[in-house]
Amino acid sequence: MADEIVELNEGTDNLVIVGIQRRGVQLARQICALIEDSENARILLGSLDITLYRDDLQTIGPRPVVGATDIPWGIDGRNVVIVDDVLYTGRTVRAALDELADFGRPARIALAVLIDRGGRELPIQPDVVGKKVEVEAGGRVDVLVEDLDGRTAVVITDAERDDER
Amino acid sequence: MTSALGKDLLGLEFLSSEQIRLILDTAEPFKEISERSIKKVPALRGSTIVNLFFENSTRTRISFEFAEKRLSADTVNVSASGSSVQKGETLVDTARNLEAMRIDMVVIRHSASGAAQFLAERIESNVINAGDGTHEHPTQGLLDLLTLRDHLGDLTGKRVCICGDVLHSRVARSNIWGLKHVGAEVAVCGPRSLLPNAIEEFGVTVFERIEEAIEWADALNVLRLQLERMTAGYIPSSREYNRVFGVSRERLERAPRDILILHPGPMNRGVEIDSDVADGPHSVILHQVTNGVAIRMAVLYLLAGGRPELAEAAKGGRP
Repeated sequence: MADEIVELNEGTDNLVIVGIQRRGVQLARQICALIEDSENARILLGSLDITLYRDDLQTIGPRPVVGATDIPWGIDGRNVVIVDDVLYTGRTVRAALDELADFGRPARIALAVLIDRGGRELPIQPDVVGKKVEVEAGGRVDVLVEDLDGRTAVVITDAERDDER
Repeated sequence: MTSALGKDLLGLEFLSSEQIRLILDTAEPFKEISERSIKKVPALRGSTIVNLFFENSTRTRISFEFAEKRLSADTVNVSASGSSVQKGETLVDTARNLEAMRIDMVVIRHSASGAAQFLAERIESNVINAGDGTHEHPTQGLLDLLTLRDHLGDLTGKRVCICGDVLHSRVARSNIWGLKHVGAEVAVCGPRSLLPNAIEEFGVTVFERIEEAIEWADALNVLRLQLERMTAGYIPSSREYNRVFGVSRERLERAPRDILILHPGPMNRGVEIDSDVADGPHSVILHQVTNGVAIRMAVLYLLAGGRPELAEAAKGGRP
């Protein structure tokens, strides 16, 4: 995925990587480290919490913990790559696009996700995908990362059976 | 329609320590929003909030208004002067008429203790108490806790002394409840005529001399001498009050440790606090004001939404 992002961006110039809280931030950090390693360049890394941009506050209620948004530099004219763990309905990405617009006007925004599980409710598609998996509506896809979960894995639970793929 | 805080925020007395920690933790990310160049998030888009201020206020009203606007709510300000309150309309009638225009929240300040609760029991909108008489001023108590926590870390076992006119102070009451909920040690200090009877029953230490308080405390929350509420002769003169109870640089220099200085404002410089203390290195008074916006955003955010009946209707729609 790191290589694909560099390819997409045609190098590392102007590249900004922004992870979506919380697992997306961990993945963004790993991708950033890989790119810095292979390209020998410094990459700007930020984080985005989209809780306050959700469209379901009135129904679901507030999330107990709102995470940190950390984009300390301007994003005007830069190439921003949003990183998240799982792409499902597309609503999180919609919220992230809204939030990024409040920070400036990037030259381009791309989307990189580790797992694309299908089931989109909005016209949003990823530019870089780790793996595409078809999971039915009742199933769950959990990406586990070392820092938060103690191990790195993708756990897919189908509606009927428990199944680790 | 209960949020993690219930329908209303009327005071800190009956909140749990978990609820208080939730508000403080929720306020953290809201601090960053006020540092952005576009200081606005859409969380409360479409909500209508009425700021009903029956008593004068600059800081609190503006702070609430900023908090509401930075969450994208629509706001209306109503003050007693220039409204039909002057024609004799009752509080409930005013609120019911506002509610008939389909509002979501009311932020109320009133000179009568219990006014916020009285209103909360009679209207469906969420009610936030922005100060009722000498009862409570919960968002001020919360922003004081947040400021203390920013500077002192975990407040368990930290010593905070509330100095001055405790008798007339809703800020003092909210601070006492809030500090006790998070495990801090609380004291009060002031002339006996300005301390409520049986203040010890709150579970606080009482210092009769400001020097003792300074010797004991990690932080002083210096209250304003509320001259406008003093109908009887509580103190001989403000000059004498300053000489005996004023927080001065000379007194602080004798403290065994650095003491954080808080003041809820507006200050009477040269009465309860000297200018060189208010503007000095240990003063966090302006930090309190900055934190006030974040705390009020957190409270508004936590009280909004979370309506199970709407969630039920929207079932099938995934987050």
